[in-house]
Order: sequence, then C-alpha cells, then structure tokens
Amino acid sequence: MVLSHRLGEWAGHAPVLEEEVALANIALDLLGQARVLLSLVGDEDELAYLREERAFRNVQLVEQPNGDFAHTIARQLYFSTYQQLLYERLAGDGESPFAPVAAKAVKEVAYHRDHAEHWTLRLGDGTAESHARMRRALDALWRFTGELFEPVEGLPVDPAALRDGWLTSVTDVLRRATLTLPEGPQAGAWTAGAGRQGIHTEPFGRMLAEMQHLHRSHPGATW
Amino acid sequence: MTTTAPETGALEAVFEAAVAADERIEPRDWMPDAYRATLVRQIAQHAHSEIIGMQPEANWITRAPSLRRKAILMAKVQDEAGHGLYLYSAAETLGTGRDELLDKLHAGRQRYSSIFNYPTLTWADVGAIGWLVDGAAITNQVPLCRCSYGPYARAMVRICKEESFHQRQGYELLLALSRGTEAQHAMAQDAVDRWWWPSLMMFGPPDDESAHSAQSMAWKIKRHSNDELRQRFVDICVPQAESLGLTLPDPDLRWNEERGHHDFGPIDWDEFHEVLRGNGPCNEQRITQRRKAHEEGAWVREAAAAYATKHAAEHGEATA
Repeated sequence: MVLSHRLGEWAGHAPVLEEEVALANIALDLLGQARVLLSLVGDEDELAYLREERAFRNVQLVEQPNGDFAHTIARQLYFSTYQQLLYERLAGDGESPFAPVAAKAVKEVAYHRDHAEHWTLRLGDGTAESHARMRRALDALWRFTGELFEPVEGLPVDPAALRDGWLTSVTDVLRRATLTLPEGPQAGAWTAGAGRQGIHTEPFGRMLAEMQHLHRSHPGATW
Repeated sequence: MTTTAPETGALEAVFEAAVAADERIEPRDWMPDAYRATLVRQIAQHAHSEIIGMQPEANWITRAPSLRRKAILMAKVQDEAGHGLYLYSAAETLGTGRDELLDKLHAGRQRYSSIFNYPTLTWADVGAIGWLVDGAAITNQVPLCRCSYGPYARAMVRICKEESFHQRQGYELLLALSRGTEAQHAMAQDAVDRWWWPSLMMFGPPDDESAHSAQSMAWKIKRHSNDELRQRFVDICVPQAESLGLTLPDPDLRWNEERGHHDFGPIDWDEFHEVLRGNGPCNEQRITQRRKAHEEGAWVREAAAAYATKHAAEHGEATA
C-alpha cells in the first residue's frame, strides 16, 4: 500500500507517457494486493486511514521518497525482486491463507521486476549521467535492503531464506547494466527490521498525513 | 501506379466523393492540405487535453478518502495517459511526430481544453469532473466516432467506451457524497456549482462565432454544431442532477415545452476568452508542471535512446 502510494505520486510527472501508464499500472497492482491482504486482517480503510505511523509494519524501503527516476527504479528493483521470490514461495504453500493471493500477485510482480530490470539496464548502460544517477540511487537505498530478510511474525516463510536468491538476481541485473552491487552494510543506523516494529523514517509521517487527512476529517463517513 | 498523376482537381473530386458517401479517409489517401492541418490541430489539441487533464485529477490521488476510490482514480488517470498515446498515434498518421506536438504544447503554440485550467479544490471535484467534464467530453466525442478520418474515428471508439465508464464512476462518487453526511453533500454541491459553467464552455464558442465549424462540418470531421451539442448536454444533465439530489447553478434553467429543450442562462464568454488567452486560474501551473516533467525526464529519455543505439549496434554486428 505504501509503495503504491509513492508510485501514485508520479502521476502527471513521469519522463515519458509510456511510464505514466507503466507506473500507474504497477501502483494499481500493488494497491490491489494490499487491499486483499488488509481485508484478510480487518477493514481495509480502517487499517489504511486510521492507524498512526507507529502502527504501520511496512519495511522502510517502500516508504522512501521517489527521488529522481533512478531512485524510483532502484527501489522497484530491490523490492520487486524480493516480492517475486517471496510470492513464489507463498504461492507454493497450499496450506497458507496467503497462497491464493500470492498466486495471483506473483504474475503481477514478475511484470514489475521485468520493468525495473529493463530500466536498470537502460539507465546503467545508457549515458554517463544516467549511469551516475543509477549508481547513486542504488547506493542510497542499499541500507534499507537488509530489512527485507528479517523474520516477519505470522509469515510462513522465513525471509532470510530469500537472501541468496535475491543477491544473485540483483547482482546479475546490475552486472548487465554495467553496475555492481553497492558496498557497505545492508542496514542503516537503525537495526534492520525497524519498519516491521513500527519504527519508520521521517518522510513516512508526512506521507501518512497527506494520505489520511480527508478520511480523518470526516469521521464515520462513507465514500 | 505508373500512369500520369491525376490533377489535384481530380484528386479533390475523389476526396469529396468519399466524404459525401460517408467513406473513411485513410492515411495514404490524398486529402486537402487544409483538411490535414485541421485534423492535426484538432487531434493534437485533443491529445494534449488528455495529458494536461491528468493533472487536476492526479492532484487527489494521494488524498483519496478510501482505497477503493484511490484505485478507481489511479485507473482513470492511467487511462487518460493511454488516450493521449492513442491520439498522438492518430496524429502521427498525418505526418507529424509526437515530439513535435509536445514541443508545440510546451511552447504554448497548441492548445488543450480550457476546462483543465480550473483547480480541483476538494475531493468532490473529482466526481464533478467525472460527471460533468467527462460527460461533456462524451457528448462531443461520440459523434467523432463517425468522423471522416479513419484513424481518429477508430481512436474515438475506444476512448468513448472508457470515458463513459469514467463518467458513471464520477456520477456514482457524487451520489455517495450527496447521500452522505451534511458536509459531504455540501462538498458535492459546491463542486457542481464551480464546474457547471466551465463544462458548458467545453463545447466551444457559440455557432455564430465558431471559426472552424462550417468547414469541419462540410468535411464531416464535426457532425453537430457547438450549440446543438451544448443543448444536448444540458438536456441530459438536468434529470441527472435531480436524481443526484443536487442543483445546477443557473436561475434561468427551465424546461421549454415549445422547443422541447431546456432553456438556460447566458454563458460568461469573457471568462472563456480569458482562460483561452492563458489567464485562467491554473494555466500557468498546468503548463509549468508539464514542461517540468518533460525537462526533468530528458536524461531518462536520453539514456533509453543511448541504450537502444548501443544494443542495436551490437545486434547489427552480431548478425552482420
């Protein structure tokens, strides 16, 4: 839901018309997935609009501001690669309540990853400027990737098991894009896993303020 | 093919006969230069309107009050980008490029619909745009599905299907507000009050002041006059407003038994001309955002082009 919101901010600002369509398409897929997942737990709007920052459990990576197009693509590459691996696992577990959601989402996420991969190649192996921007974006977001592999309560898959596959996949795309994996720790000053405990980065509160203000201004109204 | 090229007069006769017989003119057919120029102008303006028209609605994506409404709005804005793409493609069949048209838009040398120079100040505006603005657009565009130029007519068939869906969603959004709390109802009424007159202006100047109308109708690009379409729209909206439980902000609006139509009050054409001249509430903001997106995206487009060139060359060497 959070990443979908961030992608929604691109509407009307994308570098080419085709990307207006693509980014909105990805945002819609993600929102659809979020709505199904939230509905498994309770009322989707109550969960989206009436929780405060400390009650959100999203990873910090997805709440990061869009930045330039390279930042958005780096965030998409890191996250969609993770999502694809996760959903493949979840879809394979017939016992899990997540299996039907994951089975549908995995097709969408494969498209998202493909989109991120192609843009990583174009930007990494495009011009000197696009290469430098992609490099900076990958570096800046790197410290938020460790959290992806921390255990999540109630999830039947241990995300730590996805780390090797994720590293292999991302490394391969970056190599083909004439880039390399960033160096440095995959965690920032915060312990990895902070988002999962409701500890977020500063831009997130502002994002929620914008997202929730209308809903909160009319308590009990239906839309 | 190899015989002597017929005189322009003969080509013109073939063209006129095709138009008279309601046949479609296709990209490879001969057509008068003025017909081509009129279509480029009209299709480009239409495409630009889709692109600029994303802004007032995208303004509310991040603030949509429920996840369902947010999904609907995102899908709508995405459709508009898609419509822009169809229309630029249709314009390109007339021998002009999308980049060239976008440059003209950015330089202020081609227009977009005056309606998108009005601001979306509340959530209800999203509904009013769907109901009134898309409603007016459909009234204008359905006859274009029979326009004499084939690629434009075919684009309109696809676009009209999606537009009527958006229009129903806008109506449904307003209905939810109108039947909601007092504050929501007031929000809906305020939005309709602000969008009604600008929507009527979407049909263009009155028939006696419309510069291109007569020729466009003779060429069957247009099928009905501005005033005819405007009247049709008013007649459609009145009962819809009633079932919405909202009023239209026109004290002169009443049924005229004799005409079989609704009479309505005078339109403020001074305001219309001011907006067209660039002095509407958001003209500056809309074009600035469009230019900014384009300029800030330049490095991305350059990267994509450089990548394509590199890899096309590699591919060429590999197969050579």
